[in-house]
Amino acid sequence: MSVKADPVYHQFEDIEQQNESYIVGMWVFLVTEIMFFGALFLAYVVYRWNFQHTFYEAHKLLDVKLGTFNTVVLLTSSLSMALSVHFAQLKKRWHQLACLGATMGLAGIFLIVKFFEWKAKFEHHLVPGPGFQWHGDAPANQAQMFFNLYFAMTGLHAIHVVIGILVIGVLALLTFKKHPLVESFVPNEMVGLYWHFVDIVWIFLFPLFYLIPV
Amino acid sequence: MSSVGNPTVNPEVGAKPNYLQNGHTVASWLLTKDHKRIAILYLISVSVFFLLGGLAASMIRMELVTPTGLMMTSDFYNRIFTAHGVIMIFFFLIPAIPAVLGNFLIPLMIGARDLAFPRLNLLSWYFYIGGGLLGLSAILTGGVDTGWTFYTPYSSMYSNSQVMLTILGAFVAGFSSIFTGINFIVTIHKMRAPGMTWFRLPLYVWSHYATSIIIVLGTPVVAITLLLVGVERVFHIGIFSPELGGDPVLFQHLFWFYSHPAVYIMILPAMGVISELFACFSRKRVFGYHFVVFSSMAIAGLGFLVWGHHMFVSTQSMYQGLIFSFLSYLVAIPSAIKVFNWTATMFRGSIRFQTPFIYALGFIGLFVVGGLTGLYLASMSTNVHLTDTYFVVAHFHYVMVGGTIMGFLGGLHFWWPKMTGRMFSDYWGKLAAMITFVGFNLTFLPQFILGYLGMPRRYHLYKFAPEFQIWHILSSAGAAALALGFLIPAVYLTLSLFNGKKASANPWGAKGLEWTIQSPPLTENFEEPPIVTEPAYNYDPEEAELEEDEEAESEEPVGARA
Amino acid sequence: MKVDRSHSHPITMYLATFFALLVLMILTVVMAEVHVGPPGVSAYNNLIAMAIACFKATIVVLFFMHVKFSSQLTKFWAAIGFIWFLLMFILFADYSTRPRERIEGWEKLPTDQTVAPH
Repeated sequence: MSVKADPVYHQFEDIEQQNESYIVGMWVFLVTEIMFFGALFLAYVVYRWNFQHTFYEAHKLLDVKLGTFNTVVLLTSSLSMALSVHFAQLKKRWHQLACLGATMGLAGIFLIVKFFEWKAKFEHHLVPGPGFQWHGDAPANQAQMFFNLYFAMTGLHAIHVVIGILVIGVLALLTFKKHPLVESFVPNEMVGLYWHFVDIVWIFLFPLFYLIPV
Repeated sequence: MSSVGNPTVNPEVGAKPNYLQNGHTVASWLLTKDHKRIAILYLISVSVFFLLGGLAASMIRMELVTPTGLMMTSDFYNRIFTAHGVIMIFFFLIPAIPAVLGNFLIPLMIGARDLAFPRLNLLSWYFYIGGGLLGLSAILTGGVDTGWTFYTPYSSMYSNSQVMLTILGAFVAGFSSIFTGINFIVTIHKMRAPGMTWFRLPLYVWSHYATSIIIVLGTPVVAITLLLVGVERVFHIGIFSPELGGDPVLFQHLFWFYSHPAVYIMILPAMGVISELFACFSRKRVFGYHFVVFSSMAIAGLGFLVWGHHMFVSTQSMYQGLIFSFLSYLVAIPSAIKVFNWTATMFRGSIRFQTPFIYALGFIGLFVVGGLTGLYLASMSTNVHLTDTYFVVAHFHYVMVGGTIMGFLGGLHFWWPKMTGRMFSDYWGKLAAMITFVGFNLTFLPQFILGYLGMPRRYHLYKFAPEFQIWHILSSAGAAALALGFLIPAVYLTLSLFNGKKASANPWGAKGLEWTIQSPPLTENFEEPPIVTEPAYNYDPEEAELEEDEEAESEEPVGARA
Repeated sequence: MKVDRSHSHPITMYLATFFALLVLMILTVVMAEVHVGPPGVSAYNNLIAMAIACFKATIVVLFFMHVKFSSQLTKFWAAIGFIWFLLMFILFADYSTRPRERIEGWEKLPTDQTVAPH
């Protein structure tokens, strides 16, 4: 039996051009995401540079164990995502679906843990806004800035995780239904690129917020 | 949109329908994947926004005729000039040339059947409309009074106007821009016809490539920055708030990190148009093609390194100011190189003064003034006196209107026969171009003087200096002429759709793949993929001479004959 | 159905990358507690933390995102994003030199309120 070729859209000449175009296009989009998060990282560095001691004091109120656990969860989800692409390339649909499902599940766990972390902050009056209360020695306004950045950055990251879950869900559904749109492995690869990017953002967020050295 | 072309609705037997005739339903337009139809959708939408932005401008100019603010309160004036800025920048200048002319022409110029991602292209238009509607709803429900620059802490904490809605509008429109940028980058890299090497590309394509790089690298930064202002308003997450230890100037850094390269997003496509116009109407290849290419890329790159020149008086450190001042002088150099090259293209060329070329010549004059006055602003010592005065207003209008809009109009006229299959009256075209040129100078030249004399920008009351009034009156008179200059083409171009002479494939006698196919093109652009063997602008001086002899005998430009 | 294996890589590659990431993560957590460099100066710890994070990101990019096996064009765009992000740090020319600017009357500004020179 011969290999069933993936469909080529009308504007492309051949499958190689099409695949490469999609991958490059996805990377260009990821470049925009890097700049999007990048500005926040820049703001973080500016404020940490100026408020080093306060940021150290404030970060002690974050739960390193939960943060580490979440990091392991996200790294594992990256593995399952990469494996889903692998199985898509080998046309092993059920393995692919299992990996996509695992990715979604792990992402869900990440969000649940995040929810509990945030709930704890809320209970301790560490959420920015009029209800913010700071009981340490360091200046309150600087501590509030730490939490401003914490919520802004982990919040934006969480939004991206939610979007990721939705997109992976759609991909899984289409794959399950053998929809022609996802016949080739490339859509899975593109979603994978997005997901790994989300993981990379967390790889930087984790040490910057949870592991500030003395 | 009903069939443009023959009075008989159907195409001739045996002839394939062109892209305008290929589908008459509303759905065939609103769900199209054809880059040419999407370009037309954009043309209609950006024109609507241009009209709205122009109305706001008219109100500004009417208000400024008297020193005591007869027409409106200061608060209302704030909202009007903000509306003018937001509409013109986010909903006209940034999308106009790339989304209208770029979408239409790039696949044609590189020999492709469509852009790399046609559905993304359509999505881009819907995002533009969405963003535009959000912005409009903000204006209709009271407007925004922060200025288009949204400086904190006013925008994040104290303003009582529709900041959130406007920010959302700009945010959504930003995605439209990003999608277009991604599409162009991948298309230009991957979809060039066989033989179309990078250095055989028309300079128009190069300029859009450089523009797309800026879009992709810069727009996300302003997106997150504006989002943070919104988040501060709604959730009190005060990244820029001084009470929380924040730095309002950080907003300015992040805002201008995009907004300065944004002005290069506005001008580079116009420069691409100008390259095409100079080549065609001099019947000569652009002088120093490679220099123009490298200059475009240099402008794109260097443009990211100069944002601090908007912040000389913002309490940023003067050492930073020194660096930015120096880099700002550097970024003027590639633009100057291009102007020299365009002028040199004319030397020993075979010149034709048809409408698009009038716009191109106008561009040179106005862009040079705009660029040179930018240098006064780039030097810190003069900037301190001129900042936030009308000198700045005049400078950026010279480059944005005198540059981008002249480029847009020149390009629109040049490619109008290709896009619609109709010619317009060259007489009216040239007349309108000249009225625009005169009106523009009358509007903005006095503003340099006003700025030099000290009139602050964003003020509508100047009763402390009634001697400014004469300059404001001249400026407003010029604005009326300018408005006329913009309205006349709207009329004759629209009329040409019904009455215009049918255009041939190449009415201007230009070189380029887009001129080798019929006007208007087929949906799939090329019957067979072209194979490119010649460099760009392969004009032949002997051919040009023969053309001149023909024209001397017939007293009519060669290409105008259908 | 014969499958086109030209794009796929052995599972061991993904597993190896994953284990490397876990090990590096443990290292990061440990190094946050172990102080490196002169006392009172956290710069070296920060540098190590960022270096490890960059290395983790690099192996995710190269192996999970297949950039090692991709075309030059893909590699270019992957690189340019991170490089351009670093460009924004020019603004440190502002924040780092503000303390050097002597502005009369500002010497006695309270140090915990704003990002003014201290």
